[in-house]
Amino acid sequence: MPDTAQTQPASNKPKIDLKMYGPAIALALLCILGFSLNTAFLSEGNITNLLTRSAFIGIIAVGATFVITAGGIDLSVGSMAAAIAGVMIILMNSLIDVLGTGTLTVVIGATSAIILGALAGLANGLLTTKGKIEAFIVTLGTMGIFRSLVTYFADGGTLSLSFEIRGTYRPVYYESILGVPIPVWVFIMVAISGWFLMNRTTFGRYCTAIGSNEHVAQYSAINVNKIKTWTYVIQGLCVALATVIYVPRLGSASSSTGVLWELEAIAAVIIGGTVLKGGYGRIGGTILGALILTTIGNILNFTDLVSNYLNGTMQGLIIIVAVWLQRADWGGKSKT
Amino acid sequence: MHFGKTIFAGLVGGVMAVASAASAQDTIKIGVSYPTPTHAWAAGMNWHAEQAEARLEALYPDIDLILINSPDPASQASALEDLVSIHAIDALVVLPFESEPLTDPVLNVKESGALITVVDRGLSQPGIEDIYVAGNNPELGRVSAQYMKTRLESGDNIVILRGIPTVIDNERFDGFMAEIEGTGINVLDHKHANWNRDDGFEVMQDFLSRFPDIDAVWAQDDDIAIGVVAALEQAGRTGDGMFVVGGAGMKETIRGIMDGNELVPVDVLYPPSMIATAMDVTVAAFKSNGPVAGRYILGATLITPENAEAFYFPDSPF
Repeated sequence: MPDTAQTQPASNKPKIDLKMYGPAIALALLCILGFSLNTAFLSEGNITNLLTRSAFIGIIAVGATFVITAGGIDLSVGSMAAAIAGVMIILMNSLIDVLGTGTLTVVIGATSAIILGALAGLANGLLTTKGKIEAFIVTLGTMGIFRSLVTYFADGGTLSLSFEIRGTYRPVYYESILGVPIPVWVFIMVAISGWFLMNRTTFGRYCTAIGSNEHVAQYSAINVNKIKTWTYVIQGLCVALATVIYVPRLGSASSSTGVLWELEAIAAVIIGGTVLKGGYGRIGGTILGALILTTIGNILNFTDLVSNYLNGTMQGLIIIVAVWLQRADWGGKSKT
Repeated sequence: MHFGKTIFAGLVGGVMAVASAASAQDTIKIGVSYPTPTHAWAAGMNWHAEQAEARLEALYPDIDLILINSPDPASQASALEDLVSIHAIDALVVLPFESEPLTDPVLNVKESGALITVVDRGLSQPGIEDIYVAGNNPELGRVSAQYMKTRLESGDNIVILRGIPTVIDNERFDGFMAEIEGTGINVLDHKHANWNRDDGFEVMQDFLSRFPDIDAVWAQDDDIAIGVVAALEQAGRTGDGMFVVGGAGMKETIRGIMDGNELVPVDVLYPPSMIATAMDVTVAAFKSNGPVAGRYILGATLITPENAEAFYFPDSPF
């Protein structure tokens, strides 16, 4: 096993740890590329757009880091976001008559989104652990359920937040505190909490242990089912938080909301250095992964050098190269 | 035997109290098949189909319209078989999911003797349909460009947000570019926003960062336009006569035009109600004394404050 080889006392030779810095290097290269295509790439406006845009996928990906580190997978996050957004909009629209268009309506809407997210995550977690169904199948199922629910709520169309309440809620996406947009603040706080939880608590260590070897973790008196269920609840909470800052952007939800977010979130996690089969998770890498994904899309919009039809190709190539940068054996002396 | 007769008599007595039993066989059955609405435009189509069904059946008691929607091409093919075997339809109005996989199933319906009306998407084999009703994609691009020409001068800059890379998108784009050619209006760039609000928002944000001088936006679609408007408002670049042209005829957009919205002053029609037109024409094939077979290409009408009222359906989901 390569893992055992790496746990040997490390050689004293200082060597750039690409597993650690790979994503950061990839992001830096992308930024240089973007800047060389158009200097407006590094303008304040564009950087702000980039960070704000990364917040959705980034927040969801922090949750996904826990799920994946503990050896699970959640495919339902995009649909879950759409369903939560839909319920939130319906709820707030109907509360206007009772509570008016003030902050209270928005707070209740957001709170119920958080509760819904936790419950949806709990359902995924319990079906996986107590139900003993593979996470892939459970979340594939809930992905379909959530997606069709939002289509049903919207009667096939689009759910729109009432214009009266939009004014109250809009600042949550568009306003800044100390020059930093609110979604970015939320992103930063989620990232810090996630980093702390993963690296400084027993919960984080248990996630890693379960992902490395579930049976050993079980014999080590770790309550595997409980920890795994919690990872899905955290994922649900992250999806709900992302939705709370997503809804005020355009004030609408439809069946096309959050399509493929699950794959973007998983891609962000893996680009960041977390291992897809579990056992090793890096929150910091995940954040960089989310930024890399958003930056790719942004750069493609900044140039007409590449045919529009090849956008997917460029994205695919950059993702593969970014992961190759950190996985390939750059040290030259392989131990395996 | 006796038992069956009683039931039959009961049914006839209950359902049509006055009409004679013979008229049950004279009922003209028309099947209407289209994809299950999963996006707003299709939901609008579903709504208009239901409206047309109620209206036509009230108008003609001997017309029976059977509406069926299907979630994928294979189920639509099965639905067509059912319409023939169970309902023995006299005519079919079909908006095919995809042209290729549904050409043969529609051909089978035709061989049963039914009149065929195809809506929006053509079949891959010519001559199957008796009636063809469709919107006009190249025209949508052309009409949008014509409006741009009335508002812009040589040297002005526009950006284009396109739909999902498909034939529909290409037809609209090519129609637009052909009309704008030679006017001196610069198309700075065009990117796909996938007929989607979120993509419209993000692509427009990037256009705004990239190009300091944009005079107008062709968003091609009302959903994209909503994202574009949000990005313009965020960047504070809604002034200086900036305007956005969408397309389709979403009720919120039309409402805005009626209210004199300066940012989205017009819209170009690509109506989901074309299914109702198709149903009307198909019924006319049985009721009119004039010939109706042929191709009906609907105009891509420019919706302005003057005519917006006629295209505004507040109860439709789209």
